[in-house]
Amino acid sequence: MAARRVNQTLIYLVLIIASILYLLPVYVVLVTSLKSNAAVSLAHMWNLPAHPGLSSIRAAWAQLSQNFGNSFYLAIPATLLSSALGAINGYALSKWRFRGANALFFVILMGLFIPYQSVLIPLLRVMDTIGLYNSIPGLIIVHTVYGIPITTLIFRNFYANIPDDVLEAAKIDGTGYWGIFRYVILPLSVSGFVVSAIWQFTQIWNNFLFAVSLTNPPNQPVTVALVNIAGSQTIQWNVQMASALLVSIPTLVVYIVLGKYFVRGLLAGAVKG
Amino acid sequence: MANPVTPAKATRQTTVRKPARRIRGWDNRMAFFTLIPSLILLGVFVYGFIAWSGYVSLTNWNSLIPTLTWAGLRNYATIFSSFRFQSDLRNLVVFTVLFIAGDLVIGMILALLVDQKIRAEGLFRSIFIYPMAISMVVTGVIWSWILNPTTGINLFFHALGFTHVPEWFLSSRFAPSVHLGQIDIGIPVGLLAVVIAAVWQMSGFAMAVYLGGLRSVPEELKEAARIDGAGPWRTFWSVILPQLKGTTATIVVIQAAASLKVFGLIYAMTGSGQDFSTDMPNLNMFQTTFQGDAFAQGAAIAIVLLLLMAAFTVPYVLSMLRGER
Repeated sequence: MAARRVNQTLIYLVLIIASILYLLPVYVVLVTSLKSNAAVSLAHMWNLPAHPGLSSIRAAWAQLSQNFGNSFYLAIPATLLSSALGAINGYALSKWRFRGANALFFVILMGLFIPYQSVLIPLLRVMDTIGLYNSIPGLIIVHTVYGIPITTLIFRNFYANIPDDVLEAAKIDGTGYWGIFRYVILPLSVSGFVVSAIWQFTQIWNNFLFAVSLTNPPNQPVTVALVNIAGSQTIQWNVQMASALLVSIPTLVVYIVLGKYFVRGLLAGAVKG
Repeated sequence: MANPVTPAKATRQTTVRKPARRIRGWDNRMAFFTLIPSLILLGVFVYGFIAWSGYVSLTNWNSLIPTLTWAGLRNYATIFSSFRFQSDLRNLVVFTVLFIAGDLVIGMILALLVDQKIRAEGLFRSIFIYPMAISMVVTGVIWSWILNPTTGINLFFHALGFTHVPEWFLSSRFAPSVHLGQIDIGIPVGLLAVVIAAVWQMSGFAMAVYLGGLRSVPEELKEAARIDGAGPWRTFWSVILPQLKGTTATIVVIQAAASLKVFGLIYAMTGSGQDFSTDMPNLNMFQTTFQGDAFAQGAAIAIVLLLLMAAFTVPYVLSMLRGER
Protein backbone atom coordinates (compact mmCIF):
# COMPACT_ATOMS: atom_id res chain seq x y z
CA MET A 1 0.00 0.00 0.00
CA ALA A 2 2.80 2.40 0.88
CA ALA A 3 4.67 1.46 -2.30
CA ARG A 4 1.53 2.15 -4.28
CA ARG A 5 1.17 5.56 -2.72
CA VAL A 6 4.81 6.41 -3.52
CA ASN A 7 4.17 5.27 -7.09
CA GLN A 8 1.06 7.41 -7.37
CA THR A 9 2.93 10.44 -6.04
CA LEU A 10 5.71 9.85 -8.55
CA ILE A 11 3.24 9.62 -11.42
CA TYR A 12 1.62 12.92 -10.49
CA LEU A 13 5.02 14.52 -10.01
CA VAL A 14 6.18 13.54 -13.50
CA LEU A 15 2.85 14.57 -15.02
CA ILE A 16 3.01 17.97 -13.34
CA ILE A 17 6.60 18.57 -14.46
CA ALA A 18 5.67 17.56 -18.00
CA SER A 19 2.65 19.88 -17.88
CA ILE A 20 4.83 22.78 -16.77
CA LEU A 21 7.19 22.13 -19.68
CA TYR A 22 4.30 21.97 -22.15
CA LEU A 23 2.82 25.18 -20.76
CA LEU A 24 6.15 27.02 -20.66
CA PRO A 25 5.55 28.75 -24.02
CA VAL A 26 2.17 30.00 -22.78
CA TYR A 27 3.86 31.54 -19.74
CA VAL A 28 6.54 33.16 -21.89
CA VAL A 29 4.00 34.53 -24.35
CA LEU A 30 1.72 35.90 -21.65
CA VAL A 31 4.35 37.59 -19.51
CA THR A 32 6.14 39.05 -22.54
CA SER A 33 2.90 40.29 -24.12
CA LEU A 34 1.95 42.10 -20.94
CA LYS A 35 5.21 44.04 -20.80
CA SER A 36 5.63 47.40 -22.45
CA ASN A 37 8.32 48.26 -24.99
CA ALA A 38 10.41 49.84 -22.26
CA ALA A 39 10.05 46.93 -19.85
CA VAL A 40 10.98 44.11 -22.21
CA SER A 41 14.58 43.03 -21.87
CA LEU A 42 16.59 39.97 -22.79
CA ALA A 43 17.97 39.56 -19.28
CA HIS A 44 14.59 39.55 -17.56
CA MET A 45 12.64 37.47 -20.01
CA TRP A 46 11.25 35.10 -17.39
CA ASN A 47 10.23 37.78 -14.91
CA LEU A 48 6.63 38.69 -14.40
CA PRO A 49 5.80 42.15 -15.73
CA ALA A 50 6.26 44.76 -13.01
CA HIS A 51 3.49 46.91 -14.49
CA PRO A 52 1.34 44.64 -16.64
CA GLY A 53 -0.38 46.52 -19.42
CA LEU A 54 -2.01 46.05 -22.78
CA SER A 55 0.20 48.39 -24.80
CA SER A 56 1.97 45.52 -26.62
CA ILE A 57 -1.25 43.71 -27.37
CA ARG A 58 -2.74 46.95 -28.65
CA ALA A 59 0.30 47.52 -30.87
CA ALA A 60 0.05 43.97 -32.20
CA TRP A 61 -3.67 44.34 -32.87
CA ALA A 62 -3.07 47.51 -34.83
CA GLN A 63 -0.82 45.50 -37.16
CA LEU A 64 -2.98 42.39 -37.33
CA SER A 65 -6.62 43.46 -37.26
CA GLN A 66 -7.04 43.54 -41.03
CA ASN A 67 -5.37 40.14 -41.39
CA PHE A 68 -7.74 38.80 -38.75
CA GLY A 69 -10.61 39.79 -40.96
CA ASN A 70 -8.95 38.06 -43.90
CA SER A 71 -8.44 34.85 -41.95
CA PHE A 72 -12.06 34.67 -40.81
CA TYR A 73 -13.30 35.55 -44.27
CA LEU A 74 -11.12 32.69 -45.57
CA ALA A 75 -11.54 30.03 -42.91
CA ILE A 76 -15.31 30.12 -42.40
CA PRO A 77 -16.47 29.61 -46.02
CA ALA A 78 -13.68 27.15 -46.80
CA THR A 79 -14.55 25.15 -43.67
CA LEU A 80 -18.24 25.02 -44.57
CA LEU A 81 -17.63 24.17 -48.22
CA SER A 82 -15.07 21.43 -47.60
CA SER A 83 -17.23 19.94 -44.83
CA ALA A 84 -20.29 19.90 -47.09
CA LEU A 85 -18.36 18.15 -49.87
CA GLY A 86 -16.90 15.73 -47.32
CA ALA A 87 -20.38 14.85 -46.06
CA ILE A 88 -21.67 14.19 -49.57
CA ASN A 89 -18.64 12.06 -50.42
CA GLY A 90 -18.61 10.23 -47.11
CA TYR A 91 -22.30 9.36 -47.48
CA ALA A 92 -21.76 8.05 -51.01
CA LEU A 93 -18.70 6.01 -50.03
CA SER A 94 -19.97 4.50 -46.79
CA LYS A 95 -23.65 3.83 -47.37
CA TRP A 96 -23.79 2.81 -51.03
CA ARG A 97 -22.03 0.09 -52.92
CA PHE A 98 -20.97 0.80 -56.45
CA ARG A 99 -18.18 -0.66 -58.49
CA GLY A 100 -14.84 0.99 -57.88
CA ALA A 101 -15.94 2.72 -54.66
CA ASN A 102 -12.78 1.70 -52.85
CA ALA A 103 -10.51 2.68 -55.73
CA LEU A 104 -12.16 6.11 -55.86
CA PHE A 105 -11.77 6.53 -52.12
CA PHE A 106 -8.07 5.74 -52.52
CA VAL A 107 -7.80 8.36 -55.27
CA ILE A 108 -9.45 10.95 -53.00
CA LEU A 109 -7.53 9.99 -49.87
CA MET A 110 -4.08 10.20 -51.43
CA GLY A 111 -4.65 13.93 -51.80
CA LEU A 112 -4.04 14.06 -48.05
CA PHE A 113 -0.50 12.82 -48.38
CA ILE A 114 1.01 15.11 -50.99
CA PRO A 115 3.64 17.70 -50.20
CA TYR A 116 1.80 20.80 -51.44
CA GLN A 117 5.01 22.07 -53.01
CA SER A 118 4.36 19.50 -55.74
CA VAL A 119 1.25 21.41 -56.91
CA LEU A 120 2.37 24.94 -56.12
CA ILE A 121 3.73 26.10 -59.48
CA PRO A 122 0.65 25.10 -61.54
CA LEU A 123 -1.61 26.33 -58.74
CA LEU A 124 -0.13 29.82 -58.91
CA ARG A 125 -0.39 29.88 -62.69
CA VAL A 126 -4.01 28.78 -62.68
CA MET A 127 -5.02 31.18 -59.92
CA ASP A 128 -3.30 33.97 -61.80
CA THR A 129 -5.00 33.04 -65.07
CA ILE A 130 -8.49 32.97 -63.58
CA GLY A 131 -7.84 36.23 -61.74
CA LEU A 132 -7.91 34.79 -58.22
CA TYR A 133 -4.22 35.15 -57.37
CA ASN A 134 -3.80 37.44 -54.36
CA SER A 135 -7.42 37.16 -53.30
CA ILE A 136 -9.23 35.55 -50.42
CA PRO A 137 -11.77 33.86 -52.72
CA GLY A 138 -8.79 32.19 -54.41
CA LEU A 139 -7.56 30.86 -51.07
CA ILE A 140 -11.09 29.70 -50.23
CA ILE A 141 -11.12 27.56 -53.37
CA VAL A 142 -7.65 26.18 -52.64
CA HIS A 143 -8.46 25.22 -49.06
CA THR A 144 -11.81 23.77 -50.04
CA VAL A 145 -10.27 21.52 -52.67
CA TYR A 146 -7.29 20.35 -50.63
CA GLY A 147 -9.60 19.85 -47.65
CA ILE A 148 -11.76 17.32 -49.50
CA PRO A 149 -9.56 14.27 -48.68
CA ILE A 150 -9.62 14.75 -44.90
CA THR A 151 -13.30 15.76 -44.70
CA THR A 152 -14.25 12.78 -46.86
CA LEU A 153 -12.27 10.52 -44.56
CA ILE A 154 -13.85 12.05 -41.45
CA PHE A 155 -17.41 11.66 -42.78
CA ARG A 156 -16.83 8.23 -44.28
CA ASN A 157 -15.61 6.96 -40.90
CA PHE A 158 -18.43 8.76 -39.14
CA TYR A 159 -21.18 7.38 -41.38
CA ALA A 160 -19.69 3.89 -41.26
CA ASN A 161 -20.68 3.90 -37.58
CA ILE A 162 -24.35 4.57 -38.39
CA PRO A 163 -25.94 1.11 -38.71
CA ASP A 164 -27.25 0.26 -42.18
CA ASP A 165 -30.57 -0.84 -40.58
CA VAL A 166 -31.36 2.82 -40.03
CA LEU A 167 -31.37 3.27 -43.80
CA GLU A 168 -33.19 0.03 -44.60
CA ALA A 169 -36.60 1.25 -43.47
CA ALA A 170 -36.31 4.37 -45.59
CA LYS A 171 -35.14 2.33 -48.56
CA ILE A 172 -38.12 -0.03 -48.31
CA ASP A 173 -40.43 2.97 -48.12
CA GLY A 174 -38.99 3.94 -51.48
CA THR A 175 -37.16 7.03 -50.22
CA GLY A 176 -34.53 8.03 -52.74
CA TYR A 177 -30.83 8.81 -52.43
CA TRP A 178 -31.22 12.45 -51.44
CA GLY A 179 -34.31 11.80 -49.33
CA ILE A 180 -32.35 9.38 -47.18
CA PHE A 181 -29.51 11.85 -46.92
CA ARG A 182 -31.82 14.71 -46.00
CA TYR A 183 -34.18 12.95 -43.58
CA VAL A 184 -32.12 10.08 -42.16
CA ILE A 185 -28.41 10.89 -42.42
CA LEU A 186 -28.24 14.67 -41.94
CA PRO A 187 -30.13 14.70 -38.61
CA LEU A 188 -27.57 12.19 -37.32
CA SER A 189 -24.59 14.15 -38.68
CA VAL A 190 -24.26 16.95 -36.16
CA SER A 191 -21.21 15.66 -34.35
CA GLY A 192 -19.63 14.63 -37.68
CA PHE A 193 -19.97 18.22 -38.85
CA VAL A 194 -18.55 19.50 -35.57
CA VAL A 195 -15.46 17.28 -35.92
CA SER A 196 -14.95 18.21 -39.56
CA ALA A 197 -15.58 21.91 -39.04
CA ILE A 198 -13.24 22.20 -36.06
CA TRP A 199 -10.49 20.34 -37.85
CA GLN A 200 -10.81 22.32 -41.05
CA PHE A 201 -11.10 25.67 -39.30
CA THR A 202 -7.93 24.96 -37.31
CA GLN A 203 -5.98 23.74 -40.34
CA ILE A 204 -7.04 26.61 -42.57
CA TRP A 205 -6.51 29.27 -39.91
CA ASN A 206 -3.04 27.89 -39.15
CA ASN A 207 -1.95 27.30 -42.74
CA PHE A 208 1.07 29.21 -43.92
CA LEU A 209 2.26 27.74 -47.23
CA PHE A 210 -0.78 28.57 -49.39
CA ALA A 211 -1.20 31.90 -47.63
CA VAL A 212 2.36 33.05 -48.27
CA SER A 213 2.41 31.69 -51.82
CA LEU A 214 -0.90 33.08 -53.02
CA THR A 215 -1.37 36.43 -51.28
CA ASN A 216 0.34 39.79 -50.90
CA PRO A 217 -0.52 42.61 -48.52
CA PRO A 218 -3.22 43.62 -47.71
CA ASN A 219 -4.86 40.27 -48.52
CA GLN A 220 -2.67 38.12 -46.30
CA PRO A 221 -4.05 35.86 -43.56
CA VAL A 222 -2.79 36.24 -39.99
CA THR A 223 -0.06 33.60 -40.19
CA VAL A 224 1.77 35.52 -42.91
CA ALA A 225 1.31 38.79 -41.07
CA LEU A 226 2.80 37.22 -37.93
CA VAL A 227 5.88 36.04 -39.82
CA ASN A 228 6.29 39.49 -41.31
CA ILE A 229 6.12 41.03 -37.83
CA ALA A 230 8.57 38.47 -36.42
CA GLY A 231 10.94 38.96 -39.35
CA SER A 232 11.04 42.69 -38.94
CA GLN A 233 14.17 43.96 -37.20
CA THR A 234 12.41 46.97 -35.75
CA ILE A 235 9.62 45.21 -33.88
CA GLN A 236 10.31 44.24 -30.31
CA TRP A 237 9.82 40.83 -28.74
CA ASN A 238 6.85 41.96 -26.66
CA VAL A 239 4.91 42.88 -29.80
CA GLN A 240 5.98 39.66 -31.50
CA MET A 241 4.75 37.59 -28.57
CA ALA A 242 1.53 39.59 -28.38
CA SER A 243 1.01 38.88 -32.09
CA ALA A 244 1.66 35.17 -31.57
CA LEU A 245 -0.90 35.25 -28.77
CA LEU A 246 -3.55 37.01 -30.87
CA VAL A 247 -3.03 34.66 -33.83
CA SER A 248 -3.51 31.62 -31.57
CA ILE A 249 -6.59 32.77 -29.68
CA PRO A 250 -9.32 31.69 -32.15
CA THR A 251 -8.05 28.12 -32.56
CA LEU A 252 -7.22 27.80 -28.87
CA VAL A 253 -10.71 28.94 -27.88
CA VAL A 254 -12.19 26.35 -30.22
CA TYR A 255 -9.87 23.73 -28.74
CA ILE A 256 -10.69 24.61 -25.15
CA VAL A 257 -14.44 24.61 -25.78
CA LEU A 258 -14.65 21.59 -28.10
CA GLY A 259 -11.39 19.72 -27.47
CA LYS A 260 -13.03 16.30 -27.57
CA TYR A 261 -14.09 16.86 -31.17
CA PHE A 262 -10.70 18.28 -32.11
CA VAL A 263 -9.03 15.09 -30.91
CA ARG A 264 -11.43 13.04 -33.02
CA GLY A 265 -10.37 15.02 -36.07
CA LEU A 266 -6.75 14.59 -35.05
CA LEU A 267 -7.16 10.83 -34.92
CA ALA A 268 -9.18 10.61 -38.14
CA GLY A 269 -6.15 10.03 -40.29
CA ALA A 270 -4.69 7.50 -37.90
CA VAL A 271 -7.63 5.31 -37.01
CA LYS A 272 -8.93 2.77 -39.41
CA GLY A 273 -12.53 3.44 -40.46
CA MET B 1 -37.40 -21.59 -62.84
CA ALA B 2 -34.41 -21.97 -60.58
CA ASN B 3 -36.39 -22.99 -57.55
CA PRO B 4 -38.92 -25.79 -57.98
CA VAL B 5 -40.53 -25.23 -54.59
CA THR B 6 -41.95 -21.73 -54.46
CA PRO B 7 -43.92 -21.06 -51.30
CA ALA B 8 -46.40 -18.23 -51.40
CA LYS B 9 -44.44 -16.27 -48.82
CA ALA B 10 -41.31 -16.11 -50.93
CA THR B 11 -43.26 -14.90 -53.92
CA ARG B 12 -44.75 -12.13 -51.86
CA GLN B 13 -41.33 -11.10 -50.63
CA THR B 14 -39.97 -10.74 -54.15
CA THR B 15 -42.87 -8.55 -55.15
CA VAL B 16 -42.17 -6.30 -52.19
CA ARG B 17 -38.44 -6.20 -52.80
CA LYS B 18 -38.48 -5.61 -56.51
CA PRO B 19 -39.11 -1.85 -56.59
CA ALA B 20 -36.67 -1.33 -53.71
CA ARG B 21 -33.93 -3.14 -55.59
CA ARG B 22 -34.60 -1.08 -58.69
CA ILE B 23 -34.31 2.14 -56.72
CA ARG B 24 -31.18 0.94 -55.01
CA GLY B 25 -29.48 0.16 -58.33
CA TRP B 26 -30.24 3.65 -59.50
CA ASP B 27 -29.20 5.16 -56.17
CA ASN B 28 -25.88 3.34 -56.24
CA ARG B 29 -25.22 5.07 -59.52
CA MET B 30 -26.34 8.33 -57.89
CA ALA B 31 -23.71 7.78 -55.18
CA PHE B 32 -21.08 7.59 -57.89
CA PHE B 33 -22.40 10.72 -59.63
CA THR B 34 -22.22 12.76 -56.44
CA LEU B 35 -18.49 12.01 -56.20
CA ILE B 36 -17.82 13.45 -59.66
CA PRO B 37 -17.41 17.12 -58.61
CA SER B 38 -14.82 16.19 -55.98
CA LEU B 39 -13.10 13.80 -58.35
CA ILE B 40 -12.84 16.49 -61.01
CA LEU B 41 -11.49 19.04 -58.51
CA LEU B 42 -8.90 16.63 -57.12
CA GLY B 43 -8.18 15.32 -60.60
CA VAL B 44 -7.17 18.83 -61.62
CA PHE B 45 -5.73 20.28 -58.39
CA VAL B 46 -3.88 17.16 -57.22
CA TYR B 47 -3.19 14.75 -60.06
CA GLY B 48 -3.24 17.24 -62.93
CA PHE B 49 -1.03 19.72 -61.11
CA ILE B 50 1.42 16.99 -60.08
CA ALA B 51 1.70 15.89 -63.70
CA TRP B 52 2.18 19.54 -64.69
CA SER B 53 4.91 19.99 -62.06
CA GLY B 54 6.53 16.79 -63.29
CA TYR B 55 6.51 18.19 -66.81
CA VAL B 56 7.94 21.55 -65.66
CA SER B 57 10.74 19.69 -63.88
CA LEU B 58 11.83 18.28 -67.25
CA THR B 59 12.04 21.65 -69.01
CA ASN B 60 14.43 24.60 -69.14
CA TRP B 61 12.07 26.98 -67.32
CA ASN B 62 14.67 28.47 -65.00
CA SER B 63 13.93 32.15 -65.45
CA LEU B 64 10.89 34.39 -65.33
CA ILE B 65 10.13 33.54 -68.95
CA PRO B 66 8.50 30.08 -69.17
CA THR B 67 10.91 28.33 -71.51
CA LEU B 68 9.22 24.99 -71.86
CA THR B 69 11.90 23.34 -73.97
CA TRP B 70 12.91 19.79 -73.10
CA ALA B 71 15.74 19.45 -70.61
CA GLY B 72 15.47 15.79 -69.76
CA LEU B 73 16.74 15.05 -66.27
CA ARG B 74 19.15 17.98 -66.22
CA ASN B 75 17.31 19.79 -63.40
CA TYR B 76 17.46 16.68 -61.25
CA ALA B 77 21.19 16.41 -61.91
CA THR B 78 21.57 20.07 -60.94
CA ILE B 79 19.71 19.81 -57.66
CA PHE B 80 21.28 16.52 -56.60
CA SER B 81 24.76 17.92 -57.16
CA SER B 82 24.00 21.18 -55.35
CA PHE B 83 25.38 21.82 -51.89
CA ARG B 84 22.04 23.11 -50.72
CA PHE B 85 19.91 20.14 -51.77
CA GLN B 86 22.45 17.63 -50.45
CA SER B 87 22.34 19.49 -47.14
CA ASP B 88 18.54 19.41 -47.29
CA LEU B 89 18.43 15.66 -47.69
CA ARG B 90 20.79 15.21 -44.75
CA ASN B 91 18.69 17.59 -42.66
CA LEU B 92 15.49 15.88 -43.69
CA VAL B 93 16.81 12.48 -42.60
CA VAL B 94 18.18 13.84 -39.30
CA PHE B 95 15.04 15.82 -38.57
CA THR B 96 12.66 12.97 -39.43
CA VAL B 97 14.54 10.38 -37.37
CA LEU B 98 14.94 12.57 -34.28
CA PHE B 99 11.45 14.03 -34.51
CA ILE B 100 9.78 10.62 -34.81
CA ALA B 101 11.98 9.08 -32.11
CA GLY B 102 11.22 11.97 -29.76
CA ASP B 103 7.51 11.75 -30.53
CA LEU B 104 7.32 8.00 -30.00
CA VAL B 105 9.25 8.00 -26.72
CA ILE B 106 7.60 11.07 -25.19
CA GLY B 107 4.18 10.16 -26.57
CA MET B 108 4.46 6.66 -25.08
CA ILE B 109 5.67 7.90 -21.69
CA LEU B 110 2.85 10.45 -21.47
CA ALA B 111 0.27 7.90 -22.59
CA LEU B 112 1.45 5.39 -19.98
CA LEU B 113 1.31 8.04 -17.26
CA VAL B 114 -2.12 9.30 -18.27
CA ASP B 115 -3.37 5.70 -18.45
CA GLN B 116 -2.71 5.03 -14.72
CA LYS B 117 -6.31 5.72 -13.67
CA ILE B 118 -5.27 9.15 -12.46
CA ARG B 119 -7.39 12.06 -11.39
CA ALA B 120 -7.82 15.00 -13.79
CA GLU B 121 -6.88 12.77 -16.70
CA GLY B 122 -8.77 14.99 -19.13
CA LEU B 123 -6.87 18.07 -17.97
CA PHE B 124 -3.46 16.44 -18.48
CA ARG B 125 -4.47 15.13 -21.89
CA SER B 126 -5.64 18.60 -22.91
CA ILE B 127 -2.34 20.13 -21.82
CA PHE B 128 -0.29 17.66 -23.87
CA ILE B 129 -2.45 18.06 -27.00
CA TYR B 130 -3.11 21.82 -27.08
CA PRO B 131 0.05 22.65 -29.09
CA MET B 132 -1.54 20.76 -32.00
CA ALA B 133 -4.16 23.51 -32.22
CA ILE B 134 -1.50 26.19 -32.75
CA SER B 135 -0.01 27.23 -36.07
CA MET B 136 3.51 26.00 -36.78
CA VAL B 137 4.57 29.56 -37.57
CA VAL B 138 3.41 30.60 -34.09
CA THR B 139 5.46 27.74 -32.68
CA GLY B 140 8.44 28.92 -34.69
CA VAL B 141 8.14 32.50 -33.46
CA ILE B 142 7.68 31.51 -29.81
CA TRP B 143 10.49 28.95 -29.74
CA SER B 144 12.91 31.27 -31.51
CA TRP B 145 12.44 33.47 -28.43
CA ILE B 146 12.66 30.67 -25.86
CA LEU B 147 15.74 29.17 -27.53
CA ASN B 148 17.30 32.51 -28.37
CA PRO B 149 21.00 32.06 -27.42
CA THR B 150 21.18 35.43 -25.66
CA THR B 151 18.12 34.90 -23.46
CA GLY B 152 15.40 32.29 -22.91
CA ILE B 153 16.46 28.91 -21.60
CA ASN B 154 20.08 30.00 -21.60
CA LEU B 155 19.36 32.40 -18.72
CA PHE B 156 18.77 29.31 -16.59
CA PHE B 157 22.05 27.79 -17.75
CA HIS B 158 23.85 31.03 -16.86
CA ALA B 159 22.15 31.08 -13.48
CA LEU B 160 23.37 27.52 -12.89
CA GLY B 161 26.91 28.69 -13.57
CA PHE B 162 27.49 27.31 -17.08
CA THR B 163 29.84 29.46 -19.12
CA HIS B 164 29.42 27.55 -22.37
CA VAL B 165 25.73 27.71 -23.20
CA PRO B 166 24.12 26.15 -26.28
CA GLU B 167 23.83 28.33 -29.36
CA TRP B 168 20.61 26.49 -30.24
CA PHE B 169 19.40 27.18 -33.75
CA LEU B 170 22.25 29.60 -34.47
CA SER B 171 24.81 26.83 -34.12
CA SER B 172 26.56 25.82 -37.30
CA ARG B 173 28.36 22.84 -35.75
CA PHE B 174 27.93 19.23 -36.78
CA ALA B 175 28.11 16.32 -34.41
CA PRO B 176 29.86 14.27 -35.62
CA SER B 177 31.34 16.08 -38.58
CA VAL B 178 32.33 13.75 -41.39
CA HIS B 179 33.09 15.25 -44.77
CA LEU B 180 31.39 13.47 -47.61
CA GLY B 181 31.90 15.19 -50.90
CA GLN B 182 30.96 18.82 -50.37
CA ILE B 183 28.74 18.46 -47.29
CA ASP B 184 29.24 17.48 -43.67
CA ILE B 185 27.47 14.32 -42.67
CA GLY B 186 26.35 14.45 -39.08
CA ILE B 187 23.69 15.99 -36.92
CA PRO B 188 23.47 19.74 -37.54
CA VAL B 189 23.30 21.01 -33.95
CA GLY B 190 21.17 23.97 -34.98
CA LEU B 191 18.50 21.59 -36.21
CA LEU B 192 18.07 20.16 -32.71
CA ALA B 193 16.32 23.35 -31.63
CA VAL B 194 13.79 22.86 -34.43
CA VAL B 195 13.31 19.23 -33.41
CA ILE B 196 12.56 20.35 -29.83
CA ALA B 197 9.91 22.79 -31.06
CA ALA B 198 8.40 20.18 -33.40
CA VAL B 199 8.26 17.51 -30.68
CA TRP B 200 6.63 20.01 -28.32
CA GLN B 201 4.02 20.70 -30.96
CA MET B 202 3.26 17.17 -32.15
CA SER B 203 3.97 14.70 -29.36
CA GLY B 204 0.37 15.08 -28.19
CA PHE B 205 -0.68 13.28 -31.33
CA ALA B 206 1.52 10.27 -30.52
CA MET B 207 0.20 10.34 -26.95
CA ALA B 208 -3.42 10.35 -28.12
CA VAL B 209 -2.86 7.48 -30.56
CA TYR B 210 -0.89 5.44 -28.03
CA LEU B 211 -3.52 6.06 -25.37
CA GLY B 212 -6.16 4.61 -27.70
CA GLY B 213 -3.82 1.69 -28.42
CA LEU B 214 -3.10 1.02 -24.75
CA ARG B 215 -6.81 0.91 -23.99
CA SER B 216 -7.45 -1.65 -26.68
CA VAL B 217 -4.87 -4.12 -25.34
CA PRO B 218 -7.04 -6.95 -23.97
CA GLU B 219 -7.12 -7.04 -20.15
CA GLU B 220 -6.71 -10.85 -20.24
CA LEU B 221 -3.26 -10.47 -21.78
CA LYS B 222 -2.05 -8.19 -19.00
CA GLU B 223 -3.73 -10.43 -16.44
CA ALA B 224 -2.03 -13.53 -17.90
CA ALA B 225 1.36 -11.81 -17.77
CA ARG B 226 0.75 -10.85 -14.15
CA ILE B 227 -0.20 -14.40 -13.21
CA ASP B 228 2.97 -15.65 -14.93
CA GLY B 229 4.86 -13.44 -12.49
CA ALA B 230 5.92 -10.73 -14.93
CA GLY B 231 6.58 -7.32 -13.34
CA PRO B 232 5.25 -4.12 -14.84
CA TRP B 233 8.36 -3.53 -16.99
CA ARG B 234 8.42 -7.09 -18.27
CA THR B 235 4.69 -6.86 -19.06
CA PHE B 236 5.26 -3.62 -20.94
CA TRP B 237 8.17 -4.88 -23.05
CA SER B 238 6.93 -8.38 -23.81
CA VAL B 239 3.16 -8.02 -23.83
CA ILE B 240 1.97 -4.45 -24.34
CA LEU B 241 4.62 -3.10 -26.72
CA PRO B 242 4.26 -5.97 -29.24
CA GLN B 243 0.49 -5.40 -29.19
CA LEU B 244 1.10 -1.78 -30.16
CA LYS B 245 3.19 -2.56 -33.24
CA GLY B 246 0.42 -1.41 -35.60
CA THR B 247 -0.17 1.72 -33.54
CA THR B 248 3.51 2.58 -33.66
CA ALA B 249 3.61 2.03 -37.43
CA THR B 250 0.66 4.39 -37.82
CA ILE B 251 2.34 7.12 -35.79
CA VAL B 252 5.58 6.70 -37.73
CA VAL B 253 3.82 7.04 -41.10
CA ILE B 254 1.71 10.06 -40.10
CA GLN B 255 4.63 11.84 -38.45
CA ALA B 256 7.00 11.07 -41.32
CA ALA B 257 4.43 12.65 -43.63
CA ALA B 258 4.27 15.65 -41.30
CA SER B 259 8.03 15.90 -41.30
CA LEU B 260 8.15 15.87 -45.12
CA LYS B 261 5.66 18.76 -45.06
CA VAL B 262 7.50 20.89 -42.47
CA PHE B 263 7.75 24.40 -43.85
CA GLY B 264 6.22 27.14 -41.71
CA LEU B 265 8.16 26.10 -38.61
CA ILE B 266 11.53 26.41 -40.36
CA TYR B 267 10.45 29.54 -42.21
CA ALA B 268 9.43 31.30 -38.99
CA MET B 269 12.07 29.92 -36.64
CA THR B 270 15.43 29.65 -38.35
CA GLY B 271 15.28 30.05 -42.09
CA SER B 272 17.95 28.15 -43.98
CA GLY B 273 20.57 28.69 -41.28
CA GLN B 274 24.28 29.13 -41.75
CA ASP B 275 25.53 26.89 -44.58
CA PHE B 276 21.99 25.54 -44.88
CA SER B 277 22.38 23.74 -41.56
CA THR B 278 18.64 24.06 -40.82
CA ASP B 279 17.35 24.17 -44.40
CA MET B 280 14.69 21.76 -45.64
CA PRO B 281 13.69 20.68 -49.17
CA ASN B 282 10.33 22.49 -48.83
CA LEU B 283 12.00 25.79 -48.05
CA ASN B 284 14.56 25.24 -50.80
CA MET B 285 11.77 24.57 -53.29
CA PHE B 286 9.90 27.70 -52.24
CA GLN B 287 12.92 29.98 -52.48
CA THR B 288 14.36 28.39 -55.62
CA THR B 289 11.03 28.78 -57.36
CA PHE B 290 9.58 32.05 -56.16
CA GLN B 291 12.67 34.02 -55.19
CA GLY B 292 15.22 32.48 -57.57
CA ASP B 293 12.75 32.06 -60.44
CA ALA B 294 14.26 28.63 -61.18
CA PHE B 295 10.85 27.06 -61.71
CA ALA B 296 12.08 23.83 -63.28
CA GLN B 297 14.57 23.19 -60.50
CA GLY B 298 11.93 23.99 -57.89
CA ALA B 299 9.57 21.56 -59.57
CA ALA B 300 12.30 18.90 -59.55
CA ILE B 301 12.74 19.34 -55.78
CA ALA B 302 8.97 19.06 -55.33
CA ILE B 303 8.80 15.87 -57.37
CA VAL B 304 11.61 14.29 -55.33
CA LEU B 305 9.65 15.14 -52.16
CA LEU B 306 6.49 13.69 -53.64
CA LEU B 307 8.21 10.42 -54.51
CA LEU B 308 9.67 10.17 -51.01
CA MET B 309 6.21 10.76 -49.57
CA ALA B 310 4.51 8.26 -51.88
CA ALA B 311 7.07 5.57 -51.05
CA PHE B 312 5.57 5.03 -47.61
CA THR B 313 2.10 6.60 -47.72
CA VAL B 314 0.82 4.55 -50.67
CA PRO B 315 1.53 1.19 -48.93
CA TYR B 316 0.08 2.63 -45.71
CA VAL B 317 -3.19 3.76 -47.24
CA LEU B 318 -3.52 0.53 -49.24
CA SER B 319 -3.05 -1.60 -46.13
CA MET B 320 -5.47 0.63 -44.21
CA LEU B 321 -8.15 0.13 -46.86
CA ARG B 322 -7.47 -3.59 -47.12
CA GLY B 323 -7.62 -3.97 -43.34
CA GLU B 324 -11.20 -2.68 -43.34
CA ARG B 325 -12.58 -5.66 -45.14
